[in-house]
Amino acid sequence: MSLTLPLLVIIVLSIIGSYLARRRALSVSGGDIRHLASLPKQHGLNAILSTAVPAMLAIIVWLFAARIMEYRGAAPIWVPLGIMALALLGLVLSVMKVSNTFRARTASETWIKGLLIGASTIAIMTTVGIVFSMLFESINFFRQYSWTSFFFSTDWSPNFRGNSDLGILPLLWGTLYISFIALAFAVPTGLFAAIYLSEYATPRIRSIAKPAIEILAGIPTIVYGLFALVTVGPFLRDYFAQPLGFGDSASSVMTAGLVMGIMLIPFVSSLSDDIINAVPQSMRDGSLGLGATKSETIRQVVVPAALPGIVGAILLAASRAIGETMIVVLGAGAAARISLNPFEAMTTVTVKIVSQLTGDTDFASPETLVAFALGLTLFVITLALNVLALYIVRRYREQYE
Amino acid sequence: MTKSLYTEDARTKRRNAAERRFKAYGAIAIGIAMVALVILLTSVVSQGIGAFRQTYITIDVPLPEAKLDKSGTRDMAVMSKVTTIGYAPLLRDGLVNAIAEAGIQTDLSDKEIGDLISKEAPATVRDRVLANPDLIGGTDRFTLLADGRIDGYFKGRVTMASAALDKNTSPGKLELADKLRDAGIMNVKFNWAFLTAPDASDQRPEAAGLGVAILGSLYMMIVVLVLALPIGVAASIYLEEFAPKNRWTDVIEVNIANLAAVPSIVYGILGLAIFINFMQFNQSSPLVGGMVLALMTLPTIIISTRAALKAVPPSIRDAALGVGASKMQSVFHHVLPLAAPGILTGTIIGLAQALGETAPLLLIGMVAFVRDYPEAYSSATGLFGDPSTALPVQIYNWTQRADPAFVERAQGAIITLLVFLLVMNTVAIILRRRFERRW
Repeated sequence: MSLTLPLLVIIVLSIIGSYLARRRALSVSGGDIRHLASLPKQHGLNAILSTAVPAMLAIIVWLFAARIMEYRGAAPIWVPLGIMALALLGLVLSVMKVSNTFRARTASETWIKGLLIGASTIAIMTTVGIVFSMLFESINFFRQYSWTSFFFSTDWSPNFRGNSDLGILPLLWGTLYISFIALAFAVPTGLFAAIYLSEYATPRIRSIAKPAIEILAGIPTIVYGLFALVTVGPFLRDYFAQPLGFGDSASSVMTAGLVMGIMLIPFVSSLSDDIINAVPQSMRDGSLGLGATKSETIRQVVVPAALPGIVGAILLAASRAIGETMIVVLGAGAAARISLNPFEAMTTVTVKIVSQLTGDTDFASPETLVAFALGLTLFVITLALNVLALYIVRRYREQYE
Repeated sequence: MTKSLYTEDARTKRRNAAERRFKAYGAIAIGIAMVALVILLTSVVSQGIGAFRQTYITIDVPLPEAKLDKSGTRDMAVMSKVTTIGYAPLLRDGLVNAIAEAGIQTDLSDKEIGDLISKEAPATVRDRVLANPDLIGGTDRFTLLADGRIDGYFKGRVTMASAALDKNTSPGKLELADKLRDAGIMNVKFNWAFLTAPDASDQRPEAAGLGVAILGSLYMMIVVLVLALPIGVAASIYLEEFAPKNRWTDVIEVNIANLAAVPSIVYGILGLAIFINFMQFNQSSPLVGGMVLALMTLPTIIISTRAALKAVPPSIRDAALGVGASKMQSVFHHVLPLAAPGILTGTIIGLAQALGETAPLLLIGMVAFVRDYPEAYSSATGLFGDPSTALPVQIYNWTQRADPAFVERAQGAIITLLVFLLVMNTVAIILRRRFERRW
């Protein structure tokens, strides 16, 4: 028996309950609603919520329970019956409760508050879901593959017939190398852009440059990825890599790093902008009053004062760079190697998560499960960076508030 | 002797030079960002605009009964046995006739002439014939897709030199195409099919369209809106208006800030493990895609909703409470409507982010080749359960194809995606300008 019927029954019962509760409220008050502690419509609302909320909750609980017990096929007959009985019980109880002294407004608001709390715990549930979804499969993976070779091996060569080398080091190296290039490009550019916009730019320039940088922030990463693949990659290959003898691969650490840098400029600049603006004007005035030039003020007063915030912003940008997927999938290549040559194709953790989890996957083989271990590693790294960055930024904000 | 204050000494000169240099660095940084934006957009537009124009051949195709309906009874079962392979020679004959009528000289064989027509074209003819069997026995005028290489030639992607090396076309065919264009048999028109047609296989870039992807993206946006907006608003109301300041709410706050910075691909792993492997929802379905994107968008919506709620002055709440409203009533009747424009703006921006997101969708199987338009509801797969693809994933999919014509399609799809994003962001800005209240 499908759950569509109980769903319909719940809706119908709620409507009936609302009607009955209102009518009963009017009748117990003897037609004069001033005798009622709550308005009839609040009694109605209470009836709707008492009918629908527990029953809906039961449906959700059943959906999860069925999956946990690995129950296949339609639900046994007692489940929909039980759900409908629960709804009916809620209806009867809420209608019975209607009286001159019953405070239906308070009762219904307790239900609503419960729903609001439920919604806010979804954020927690998401995190728990993320951790558990990766933890279980990672444990499965480490049962089949030793963790020492995963974390310390420099070989990555998955082989779907088994006997793969699944060392994370080459992937981490590619990830960090690309992120480093991206940050080396984006941090100075973004920081100077923010300083220029907040301290020097005329309103006219500001009104053009700020939206332009915001457009850069709104462009999806797949667009940057294709840009790396068809424009930047071949350009770097033809004008830098080949003439300088660095190799002839269009997809390279440099390609992905540069394009990712462009993507990060607006991120760094908008974060730095907020932080620079949070530095109190009195500090600038003090420095200017002592005869410092504007740039001296910025370099020796504003930036040092904003430094913790800027470090936080850089950490957030680093976390973004490490977790970025589409640019590296299209721009960095698929070869896992540890090399210093920035014009060589390398690969990253995210690229390998995509390649191991798309196409034909077998959730019993370590070649597929390794993606979850990679994902968990990625999550832990970015989580550490985020928490550190958020902590620093928060501490910094408090300093000037 | 004392120097005038008006003559710069060496130290002042140095400091002023440093000042100018510093300012120049800033201007250069802005310049880099602007140049990057301009190069990015020009490369997209210059490479992608071609996808919106397509080469068509307009010819009269003979539809002989002997070939298409051997029984002569217009029996569907018999007629549908004739596959597109059976139709291809008819199209070729039609084109050969048209060439002869126009008096064009060519030394290509009939087979080579047939290569000028897209491999997708026989299906177009077959569909129309099967829908209208009365056409059999006569000739009918068809506007058919030209081959991808011919199309590429008119758009400058294929040249005589590259055609000489290409086994799929030849300079002779391109010369014939030029003549056909002069004769008006072949022409380049606006390509509506690009926005409506489904994806096509590797050999037929000229027929590939975005129809399924746009529909899939639309379905996902509906799911995201229906899930993320109420949950996000409810969570924000609780956190902003009701939550006591304690450890638990602190945990939730840190959590939301962190979720906003979790890499999107991690959400894809979550979707794969929880929604597909554990809850057994359909792979590649807009429902799963929408749920994953909704979880991703939730922090954005929560953050902007909380800002909007915070901006409503406490006097509004106090006034409501003062005339006997409960806390809940003051929020739902007064604060929420006043915060609505801000919430709406944040939601649209969150939706725009979700629309462009690719990585998590790759993991839940939306990268599959889908030619059937997904149904919003079907009894077999449920609500939004049909396999589908999405705009950004379609772009990724096309970048993985061998034929360079697909790069043009991908860039064209990017233009489409950017137009959607532009519209959404413009709406958000207009809403903010029109309805935002400063207190």
